[in-house]
Amino acid sequence: MGWINIYSTAFDENYPSVFNFYTLYGKQLLFFGASIVTIVIILGLEASFYERFATIFYLASIVLLLGLYPFGRTINGATAWYDLGFFNLQPAELAKMTTALALAKYLNDIQTDIKRLKDQFYAFLIILIPAALIFLQPDPGSALTFFFLAFVIFREGLPLYYLGLGTTVIVIFITTLMFGTVWLIIGIGLALALFMLLKKPSFKVPLLPIVLSYLAIILFSLSVDFVYDTVLKQHHRDRFSLWLRLEKDPRKMNEIQRTIGYNTHQSEKAIESGGFFGKGFMQGTRTKGNFVPEQHTDYIFSTVGEEWGFVGTSSVVIIFTLLLLRLAFLAERQKNPFSRMYGYGVICILFIHYFINIGMVIGILPTIGIPLPFFSYGGSGLVFFTALLFVFLKLDANRMNELG
Amino acid sequence: MRKILLSSIILLAGLTFIGRLSYLQIFSFSPNQLLEDPAIKAVYDYPERGYIYDRNGELLVANQPAYDVMVIPGDVKPLDTLEFCGLLGIDKEHFIQQLKRARTYSPRLPSVLVPQLSKQDYGRLQEKMRRFEGFYIQKRSLRYYDTNSGANVLGYISEVNPWDLKKNPSYAAGELKGTTGIEKEYEEILRGRKGVKYIQKDRFNRDIGPYKDGALDTLPIQGQQITVTLDKSLQEYGEKLMVGKHGGIVALEPSSGEILALISGPSYDPSILVGRERSRNYSKLHYDSISKPTFDRALLASQAPGSPFKILNALVGLQEGAITTETTIQCYNGFFVGRRKRGCHCGGGLRNLHTGLYRSCNAFSAGVFRRFYDQFNSTGEGQEAWEKHMKSFGLGTYLGYDLPTGRPGRIPSREYYDRVYGANRWAPTYIISNAIGQGEVETTPIQLANMTAAIANRGYYYTPHILKKIGSENISNPKFTEAKHTTIDKRHFEPVIQAMADVYKQGTARWLQVKDLEIAGKTGTVENFTRINGVRTQLTDNSVFVAFAPVNNPKIAIAVYVENGYFGSRYAGHIATLMIEKYLNGEISRKDLEKRMLEKTLEHEYAKPYSGKPFKINERAW
Repeated sequence: MGWINIYSTAFDENYPSVFNFYTLYGKQLLFFGASIVTIVIILGLEASFYERFATIFYLASIVLLLGLYPFGRTINGATAWYDLGFFNLQPAELAKMTTALALAKYLNDIQTDIKRLKDQFYAFLIILIPAALIFLQPDPGSALTFFFLAFVIFREGLPLYYLGLGTTVIVIFITTLMFGTVWLIIGIGLALALFMLLKKPSFKVPLLPIVLSYLAIILFSLSVDFVYDTVLKQHHRDRFSLWLRLEKDPRKMNEIQRTIGYNTHQSEKAIESGGFFGKGFMQGTRTKGNFVPEQHTDYIFSTVGEEWGFVGTSSVVIIFTLLLLRLAFLAERQKNPFSRMYGYGVICILFIHYFINIGMVIGILPTIGIPLPFFSYGGSGLVFFTALLFVFLKLDANRMNELG
Repeated sequence: MRKILLSSIILLAGLTFIGRLSYLQIFSFSPNQLLEDPAIKAVYDYPERGYIYDRNGELLVANQPAYDVMVIPGDVKPLDTLEFCGLLGIDKEHFIQQLKRARTYSPRLPSVLVPQLSKQDYGRLQEKMRRFEGFYIQKRSLRYYDTNSGANVLGYISEVNPWDLKKNPSYAAGELKGTTGIEKEYEEILRGRKGVKYIQKDRFNRDIGPYKDGALDTLPIQGQQITVTLDKSLQEYGEKLMVGKHGGIVALEPSSGEILALISGPSYDPSILVGRERSRNYSKLHYDSISKPTFDRALLASQAPGSPFKILNALVGLQEGAITTETTIQCYNGFFVGRRKRGCHCGGGLRNLHTGLYRSCNAFSAGVFRRFYDQFNSTGEGQEAWEKHMKSFGLGTYLGYDLPTGRPGRIPSREYYDRVYGANRWAPTYIISNAIGQGEVETTPIQLANMTAAIANRGYYYTPHILKKIGSENISNPKFTEAKHTTIDKRHFEPVIQAMADVYKQGTARWLQVKDLEIAGKTGTVENFTRINGVRTQLTDNSVFVAFAPVNNPKIAIAVYVENGYFGSRYAGHIATLMIEKYLNGEISRKDLEKRMLEKTLEHEYAKPYSGKPFKINERAW
């Protein structure tokens, strides 16, 4: 099974390199070669090597991230790269892997009990340090991907109410923006009243917590308006109003689509123009005309949509879904908890990239600039995503040698 | 739970994506995307519009180059404004205003600064143009008219409007299309097909080469020249005669249905609707609410036909056996409808078919009409038979000629009168005016001409048409090449035509004889009314004349309708015989008569209803 996975992922890598890059194609092929070398090295190394040296890898990547401040190279406003002559190294990509490793190692530690508040704090800290450093580069998109690693901690026993709290916060934030505080309060009030009416008489209502949380929601909702209007910058607000279609005036909406929403609008149009079967390889007129900005990196999926149509886009989605589910299956069957936790880390990182990227390109998520794994142009990205995946495959291949 | 949480999220995300993608790519997908695609620009190559020739191969309509002065505001360098404006023939304020407008539209894309310079202006400008950066000259093609007549029948071309664009996707905004007349009717043939080149653009709208290496590009197909049935010199002559008169002239060739002349008076020079003065001139024509030059009276003026209609009633009477050629009817200088007397100008006495027609006796026609109805059990049945006969002459319905405008006229049906008077509550006396072509009957000049052609042919007609050849091929449309037969037997025509010939020799038009030319005709003097401040007021009678010549083997059938021209033999009769003489002999022998017709106008008659004062009608002197 591992070999089929290797083949299928290798095919994934190959796919965009051959079909979708014209001028950057050669360079990307070189990185493809580099990832093959990486695969060979990774598979060649001892499996226990990764667990043993996880902490060192982690610390090294933190150092690399710190080193960016004096030595880094600035591209597009973010100081995120080391200039290594013929290509630029992006340590954030490395940090994703090392953080996953370090987190797995920490959680696997015999002394760590995730039920303890202190250990929860340390676990989050492992995620937060690189995230904060990357956030300051500034590259908030990449930083965001780290938070999804929290799922690993949930898998390992973090109480679910953390997740519930997080989801509630996001839901309230969005609904407040869409409907306003007043409607939110009325809506929840009505829902509660309905619940009280329909509940079984025997069911005892914990009145105090409900009232308290209701009050908390109201306060939070009020603060959302405040934060949205004062703390967030205009271009953030525009992204939200574009995403949630908050602007009611169609003329202003159009204006936003033409300016702030240009990328999303163009990529949606490009995908739409692909139809069911697409325009055919190399026939994407909007791709050729460079209508979608960053179409070889973050917006690569729009090219897939235009040239390969619904057949192509749905295939990509299905392949990603299958790959991720397959990885989840592999992770669950690991005997070594370290391998399992690392596997979850891999899934989380791949998933959040795939989810946010495609969601952004097809216009259901706000614009957050992160690449699509194995598709987008970019050396560090390709090499490290490959590394991320193959370290796990190596661990998986090794599971027979481990004790249960 | 913890184990499947992540997997469920992954699945959910996948499903959401597929849903959104199918919405975008399957439901929102519009297949006509080549033209909507901002990355593809279609550049059109316009073919030259086809020329129009008359029946003798004389050029009527061709093309001429016009020159638009274009400006790209972003490229304009400081210039000698005064000199430039002098060259263009515009004032400085206009220049600055136009430049500002162009800049507002786009500083990088070309706008028209001065449209449609003439060849002369272009010549002066051409040498000095290179000194004015940001300006250039773009050539385009306009219509050129080698005649100053036929404006309404030839029609004009104008920019397509949004409605055309929606209806016919082969047009693009700013393109020209035939809007009226022949230009509209044969638009498809004249226009040809534009060629198209698809150019791949980048997001800054720069060309980056042909799309699919030009695989979808097409070459333009030239518009075809057409030959129309008009006779250029006859058309021009007719319009000269109609100066200052309102009305229509239609001349047909009876043996083919070809339209020799189609004149609406007053007319205008078609070339005034071309070039820079177009919109100003168009408004002038459009808002001329008295003479309405853009209203094609030859096709659209639906009015009472008057006495020429007596011929048809006589034919119907003969066909149905209501009268014979021998039947006599007494004229008492009029006739009685109940106890009311209606007048007649024929002089009175005993009338038969021959004298009744050539003297245009009202009493005789009314008598024929009543005898016709008396043969039926009810007036309604009679009306049905009458309507059928009349419609077989192409009256009361659109004729089906190949021009885009027309009116059906009116041949009242049984239902029509049932509606007006109540079912079966009417009698021939109610509708007796139809006997003399007044009352409810209405015809257009082209219908009158067609009716005359049917009489000239002794019982059949060809649907009038304007197209003779496409390229060098004669038309073969059976609609125009197959004869339509009337319901009247051939033998009934000869006595009627004899009477029409005597209209000329000794009847109402005896002053209009042309030497060595046998003409059969019929005058008409039609009472007509208007409303002035809500009061029904009678105006001077309309002058009507229908004729064909020669009597045997006719070459031309003509109908002339001159509004408020009084007697049929006055304006209409004069004009009709002059037209016939011109067409058959090529020159006019009756110079004094021609001179009078060219000089006289009826403007004083048309001014009367608007004068606000009481006025006299049907004045003797002219």
